[in-house]
Amino acid sequence: MMSFLSGLWAILTEPVNFIGWLGFAMMAGAIRMKPKFAWEHTVGVWGLLWLTIGCALGLGWAPKEAMMGEVGRILYVHVPAAWIAMVVFTIAFVSALGYLFSGRLGWDWAVEAACEVGVVLNGLLLVLGSIFAKPTWNTWWTWDPRLTASLVMMLTFIGVILLRGAVRDPNRRATWTGVATIVAYLNIPITYMSVRWWASMHQQQSTPATMNDEMKMVMRMCAWAFLMISIWFIARRWRLAQANAMAEMPEPLEIPKGAR
Amino acid sequence: MNEAVKRRIFALVALAVAAGALGTIAFSDMGEDLVYYWSPTELLARDDAMNHTVRLGGQVEPGTIDWDKEAQTVSFSISDGSASVPVSCKGNPPQMFREGIGVVVEGELQPDGVFHTEKIMVKHSNEYKAPEGTETDPRKLYSTLDQG
Repeated sequence: MMSFLSGLWAILTEPVNFIGWLGFAMMAGAIRMKPKFAWEHTVGVWGLLWLTIGCALGLGWAPKEAMMGEVGRILYVHVPAAWIAMVVFTIAFVSALGYLFSGRLGWDWAVEAACEVGVVLNGLLLVLGSIFAKPTWNTWWTWDPRLTASLVMMLTFIGVILLRGAVRDPNRRATWTGVATIVAYLNIPITYMSVRWWASMHQQQSTPATMNDEMKMVMRMCAWAFLMISIWFIARRWRLAQANAMAEMPEPLEIPKGAR
Repeated sequence: MNEAVKRRIFALVALAVAAGALGTIAFSDMGEDLVYYWSPTELLARDDAMNHTVRLGGQVEPGTIDWDKEAQTVSFSISDGSASVPVSCKGNPPQMFREGIGVVVEGELQPDGVFHTEKIMVKHSNEYKAPEGTETDPRKLYSTLDQG
């Protein structure tokens, strides 16, 4: 228990994590103070700033990897894409529960937004992983448990999006999407555990102890940047879903002139 | 039944389906049938493996690498500590290939007792280090091969 608390304290006070805490504070401030621009632009710009700094440090300041050399630097975008894809799918999962228990369509728009952003991140993860694999493993692709699980994860959520497009009635569509999202979320623990459950080509998760300090810092910086940018995308996509829903609503009945 | 109750039941059923499926995968011995590669011990223990395309994984046994740069072939042995299989590869080994590193090869064990392959894949561990004069102990690089 004590070691858990001290571990938590270390994460909370790690300097690089202040990128995240400050980002959330700015987000909360922007939501509260209602500026003229949409609140999500604050985290969007904050994320882009740290993505730029993170990539620059990753390419120029962090040491090259002892075994893989310069190629190992793709880690700074490959790993954050994987982490944040899972976080975004979790947002979709929670929103699906939110809709099914509350019946509010606002949650449903969040499911729609998060599923799409998650698929984009998952696609990025697979492409970056493939580019990483060629010079290190000597193959673009292999059907190992981790790679297969990550691909199935993306295809499942593409399936959720397709299902969504096939249902007309907004409430029924929201219910079906919610149920499908909850079942599809099964892929996230499977993908995460795949390297532990089955022997695979992909190595197991690194821990803070197995990674050089500079590399660790840059990777966390980029992960926060990915998270902030993803929140930005989800919020933008949510507004679009809301606008679509408004356009979809039937026109109000016209009241004839002269009627009371 | 009203819509709100129906939706909640749907949510609970979906959760139950997902949790049930996850539990089945996690606690059944599905892993027994879901094998990405065999170790030398597993390969040699099977009498049906000969002449079939399979994957073999293990450590490149130190002192066995014979790379013919003229003919562009490389031969070495893959070991898991208790058994060892000689491998012959058409083509040059990849950049990270070296003694003691974890590899997975695709090919077939032929009657001459040699595993013939055209594809060597090199595993790396979950350690990321800066180069500091001395290189990583290669024995650490196949630590993740021990599981499963």
